[in-house]
This record gives sequence, C-alpha cells and structure tokens, in this order.
Amino acid sequence: MIDKEVPNIAEALGDVRDGSTIMVGGFGSVGQPDALIEGLIAQGARDLTIIANNAGTGMTGLAKLMAAGHVRKIICSFPRSAGSTVFEELFSAGKLELEIVPQGTLAERIRAAGAGIPAFYTATTVGTRLAEGKETREFSGRTYVMERALHADVALIEAWRTDRMGNCIYRESGRNFNAVMAMAGDRTVVQSCGMVTLGMLDPEAVVTPGIFVDQVVVVPAHTQINETAGGMC
Amino acid sequence: MSGFTPLSRKQIAARIAQDIPEGWYVNLGIGIPTLIADAIPEGREVILHSENGILGFGPAPDPDKIDPWLINAGKQHVTLRPGGSFFHHADSFAIIRGGHLDLCVLGAFEVSANGDLANWATSAQDSAPAVGGAMDLAVGTKRVWVATEHTTRDGKPKLVESCAYPLTAQGVVGRIYTNLAVIDVTEGRFVVREMVPGLSREDLQKQTGTRLMFEEMEYA
Repeated sequence: MIDKEVPNIAEALGDVRDGSTIMVGGFGSVGQPDALIEGLIAQGARDLTIIANNAGTGMTGLAKLMAAGHVRKIICSFPRSAGSTVFEELFSAGKLELEIVPQGTLAERIRAAGAGIPAFYTATTVGTRLAEGKETREFSGRTYVMERALHADVALIEAWRTDRMGNCIYRESGRNFNAVMAMAGDRTVVQSCGMVTLGMLDPEAVVTPGIFVDQVVVVPAHTQINETAGGMC
Repeated sequence: MSGFTPLSRKQIAARIAQDIPEGWYVNLGIGIPTLIADAIPEGREVILHSENGILGFGPAPDPDKIDPWLINAGKQHVTLRPGGSFFHHADSFAIIRGGHLDLCVLGAFEVSANGDLANWATSAQDSAPAVGGAMDLAVGTKRVWVATEHTTRDGKPKLVESCAYPLTAQGVVGRIYTNLAVIDVTEGRFVVREMVPGLSREDLQKQTGTRLMFEEMEYA
C-alpha cells in the first residue's frame, strides 16, 4: 500500500544535508510551511540556499532559520518588507548572499525545473540591471532575456488537504508558490493541515497530483506555528 | 503659484477609476494604485488580479470576518467576489506575462518622456531592493498607467527627460495620473490631457523635468 504520510517532521527531514537548496512555499505568511521550517532548524543542516518569495519577517519561519545561522544564500523577489529585520541585519553584515529575481521569473524558473525545461526567454528585466550578464535574443523584433530553470534538493510545501497518495489541494491564496515548487524539488515534503481518506479528494479539484509528492506530515491546527491569531488551519 | 488645489492621493485614485471601463482585468500596485479598488463606481464590473493567485478580489473584510488564507499582493486581507478564482503563482504570472491583463497601475519614482519606468530600487547603490512583480507587470500587461505625486516630497520632478533611478522597464508607460495633471506618453513626449483647475501651464511645466506638450489638451 502506498502511504506517503510520515509520523513526524524529524523523520521527513532527517536526511537533509548541509549545502542543500531548499524551496519554501508561501507568500508572506500565507501558505508558508512553518512547522517544516522549525523542523529544519531542529534538524540542523547548514549552509543552505533558500528559494522563497520573501526573506522572512519577525522572528518566526524563514527569519528564525536565517537568524539561527542555517542560511548561506537566499533567492527571492521581495526581501525587504515590514518586519524583515533579520534579513536586513544579516545582509548588511555580509553574512547572507542574495539573488533578486522578479516574481514572475522566479515562478517560471521553478515551473521550468519541474517541467524539464532547462531555460526560457522572457521580456521581463530587458534593459534593467537584473539583465546584466545574461544572454539575450530577439524573437519577432522584440528582445528577450534567457533565464535558467531553478531546481531544489528539497521543496517544503503547505497544503490544505492531502490523501495518503500525496494528492494535494490548497486553500484560497495559500496555493501561491506551493503548487509550483511541489513540482521542482528532487524531494517534496508536504505539511498538510489535514489528511483525508483516499477517494475523498475530488479528482477534478486536485491541484498537485501525488506523483510530485514524496512525504506528507500532518500538522493539525493546534500545533500550527503562526503569527495569525487562531492559527491557519 | 496659487489658485489651485492638488488632488489628494484618494482623488488621484478616483480620477483613474473613472477611466477604467467595465470588463477590464486590472492589477493595482502598492500605494496610490491600491486606493483605486475602493473608487471603482458601484455596479461597474472590473476584475482585480493579485499576483499571489487571485482574480476577482473585493474590499477588505470587517475585522471580525478576516479570512487568514485570503490576502492580496500587498499582504492585506481581502475578500473574494462571486466569480472569483484562485490559481498558483506560475499561472498568475502567465496571466501577467502572457499579455492577458488589460491594465496595471503602478507607482513610480520616475517616468521618462519615452515611457521608461523606475519604481523598484531607490538608488544604484541599493543592493537589496524588492522587485516583486513590478518588472513582470511593466512588460507584460496591455497598458501601464502610473499613479504618482507630480514631484517628490522635496519638490524634485518625477517626470523627467531620462530616469536616474534604476529602470523597472523601458518604454512601457502609456499614461500618468498625478496630483496636478493627466499626461499621456506619446511618441517620446509628455502630452498634457488634463490639469487641475486654476493651475497654469507654466506652473505645471516648472514642476516637470522635461518639456510638456499642451496642444492636444482636452480640458483646460
């Protein structure tokens, strides 16, 4: 019987190695797999490259991972926002590498990795400093910049409901980067708000088919780590 | 300079809302553009897009009805209108980069007469600016309008001959709505279409970093 559920986060993240590239789903705090990030801190892998839209706020989630010294580099579109003090401090002290990627290019680079496409051309960044040093090419009289696929060793995802085969649905704007990153990790670990009996997810509504998912950890509402009052599940 | 009142940020937003027709799919940037959502006339169906995977979001909920799963790109809590939909980030930016949005309205540090937009990095030395979806929106949507104060807080022109700030995109801005005027960007020129009552052409020109064209102005 296929059963991708693992009993705890330590088992799911036990073999993450130093120097790994880790994708972290979410947009701001919505859809961010905070319990898995906590698990990564406990697991102890260092020298990590993190791919995420934001660089963390406050002292939870990504910010906590960075503050604990586990992150060497962050690839994101929006590092600075209200409360991104940990990022600011580490970056200005030269303790964190940063690669800024436009949000659409970030999503497409991740999608390309998941789809087996090594690179693609986009009009985004043409004529800006983010295109410096990148190959350009003209198609039908318009200039485009070449961008490469962005893979991860491990993708950390938050889903709303899953079944034992790893099929996932998401909740409202919590889908964001999660459904794309789920495709792009050599290994995809899902933090699920709830496991349902096989056959209960409407096949027409499944967003991430289980083929993209390796492990599922159920994190029920009362253990959700989140700044939002009342938790997210 | 006297005898005129600059528009407030809310009034700039309301002025822009007048020009958005029913049926358009629109993305609103952070700042003045966000205020446009509340200024769209009752009953006019304009579909708002948010980068984080929403079409058809509505106004902020009452504080006791906040849904923690439903935020817009500015990370503010919103609601979903009937007919709204959710999708993932790659589809959301396929909507943007594939040319499916009718309009995006963005803020600006500077706009040049050839339509270059600078709105993401505050200086060439800023090593960690937040680009977000600005570059994708600027090159991908059918129309780019800018909503901004006409000058910086210390009175420097934001409408300039060429941008000094790092560019977001080249030659993309079609129209600028400021607290003083509505200006089209046409064939490398700023063409004034509308000015606040009581403002003279000379006063507007003085607050602009490059030459304005007035001959096609519709209302004076």
